[in-house]
Amino acid sequence: MATQHSRSAARMMMAPAVILLLGWMLVPLTMTLWFSFRKYLPLRGGDQGWVGFDNYVRFVSSSSFWPAVQTSLIIVGGVLVITVVFGILLALLLDQPMWGQGVVRILVIAPFFVMPTVSALVWKNIFMDPVNGLFAHLWKFFGATPVEWLSQASVQSIVMIVSWQWLPFATLILLTAVQSLDGEQLEASEMDGAKPLQRFFYIILPHLARAITIVVLIQTIFLLAIFAEIFVTTGGAFGTKTLSYLIFQRVLESQNIGLGSAGGIYAVILANIVAIFLMRIVGKNLDA
Amino acid sequence: MGQITLEKVTKSFGDVEVIPPLDLTIEDGEFAVFVGPSGCGKSTLLRLIAGLEDTTSGKIVIDGNDATEVPPAKRGLAMVFQSYALYPHMSVRKNIAFPMKMAGIDQAEQDSRIQQAAAALNLTDYLDRKPGQLSGGQRQRVAIGRAIVREPAAFLFDEPLSNLDAALRVGMRMEIGELHNKLETTMIYVTHDQVEAMTMADKIVVLRAGHIEQVGSPLDLYRAPRNLFVAGFIGSPTMNLIEGAEAAKHEATTIGIRPEHIDVSAEPGVWSGRVGVAEHLGSDTFFHIHDTGLAETLTVRAPGEVSFRHGDTIHLNPRADQIHRFDAEGLRMS
Repeated sequence: MATQHSRSAARMMMAPAVILLLGWMLVPLTMTLWFSFRKYLPLRGGDQGWVGFDNYVRFVSSSSFWPAVQTSLIIVGGVLVITVVFGILLALLLDQPMWGQGVVRILVIAPFFVMPTVSALVWKNIFMDPVNGLFAHLWKFFGATPVEWLSQASVQSIVMIVSWQWLPFATLILLTAVQSLDGEQLEASEMDGAKPLQRFFYIILPHLARAITIVVLIQTIFLLAIFAEIFVTTGGAFGTKTLSYLIFQRVLESQNIGLGSAGGIYAVILANIVAIFLMRIVGKNLDA
Repeated sequence: MGQITLEKVTKSFGDVEVIPPLDLTIEDGEFAVFVGPSGCGKSTLLRLIAGLEDTTSGKIVIDGNDATEVPPAKRGLAMVFQSYALYPHMSVRKNIAFPMKMAGIDQAEQDSRIQQAAAALNLTDYLDRKPGQLSGGQRQRVAIGRAIVREPAAFLFDEPLSNLDAALRVGMRMEIGELHNKLETTMIYVTHDQVEAMTMADKIVVLRAGHIEQVGSPLDLYRAPRNLFVAGFIGSPTMNLIEGAEAAKHEATTIGIRPEHIDVSAEPGVWSGRVGVAEHLGSDTFFHIHDTGLAETLTVRAPGEVSFRHGDTIHLNPRADQIHRFDAEGLRMS
């Protein structure tokens, strides 16, 4: 008897949250769409009216566009591979009973709590500095010429920094998945004659598939938007300009809001393509 | 082909000794049931035989070969787990094929064994389903199928029926019994349910706190329990245990008599009491009798429908030749 009444009451009570969230998403999106069709140069005449698809055409035809898309995908892909592979290994390691397990687990999670700007600066100055960095000293110790990380291997360096930040996240999710594996399944496979590696590939990895899917999807969303790490290390130089960084340059350095907004819309489309693509590949694991 | 011998096997977890030195032989083709209350070490014992736990000391001999240090997969034993431990991401066919795939058996042979096992276990229509789409009984059969195709020297069952509902349990009990008759392979079966033990076993091993209390056929255990623990554990409802003056009359510390060995009558008899709860099962009626002066309650079985009501006075005649006598240590006196 309560159904009709309670259902409408529930809707009423949910409404504020839904409206707030919708507004939160829709207002900026609509404004971006609006500006992307206008010629808007804040320091050179302000809003100068409709220009149709001009901004979209200019953004794509710029020589920086495709390299930026490529860099974005390389960074996202590289970080995903590293965090998932090492995340699984770390999760398996942390699942083993050992002395000081609690402390070790907290330490492993710790990098996730460091702000991106801070961790990128720490990496840049303490590890990767070609004169005084730890890596430079290590290289010199072995008699090698220090690598100028951020100019010679710039994209790789950023992948390394971002992977370091996101590894704890992947490890955490995968560790909980490893812990939820039924011990009897492992024992059964052991009795069935599966060797440790076979147990990993036939039992543990399929069990982790769902967790890996979640890690990949969530990380992709965040990794497409990384900015601080690039801003404080290379400033977009040496081929580290991602799509989001390009948009930043268009808006703030070129002072062209219309062009930047068009780029923003492209970024939304790219993110959706990547998300759909990933969900197709790994999504079948979600309903297993 | 499947004789298993334990020689002075012990198992400790840290300082806690769960299995004190234990000797046991299970003959080839025998259906042995380990039974005992929770925490008596019966599952640990099974896992020791399977190789999933290492023995602290002692020897496990399978088919005359020392298997104490042999890894589980090489012992030629197949185990059916309480949770079935099916691989959820594999179809029934792949689940059953898994041990053969690991052993590197060729595809044609695999297929024919799968077909055989599926036919024997009524799984042919479900081969392409995932375990999640099966009922409890079907999952149980898949787990058994996975064990059969390995053609093991012995099957180990770890409380395999405890997750099934009562009706299904009776059915699966029969199926496992049939399977044993057909395969004639050694089976070791762990359960806490004495009805399962009585109905399925060739040999029952009653365990308490890691000790073997008695080994024997179900009827041996029923007719001549070696001590009070076995007497109380085997049989349903449990044996009536009487201490004091009545026991002294039989020159024992405790006497035991099973509910089915006491005759009831309305005429004065050996004992008398007041009827408490009566459980009418149709075929039998169980009366709980109070105020007998012997024990707090006595349980008696009367065949068919007997008309005693709550509070009635009832007279009891124990059958003298069915009285079990136990001494001060709780051991059987012959």
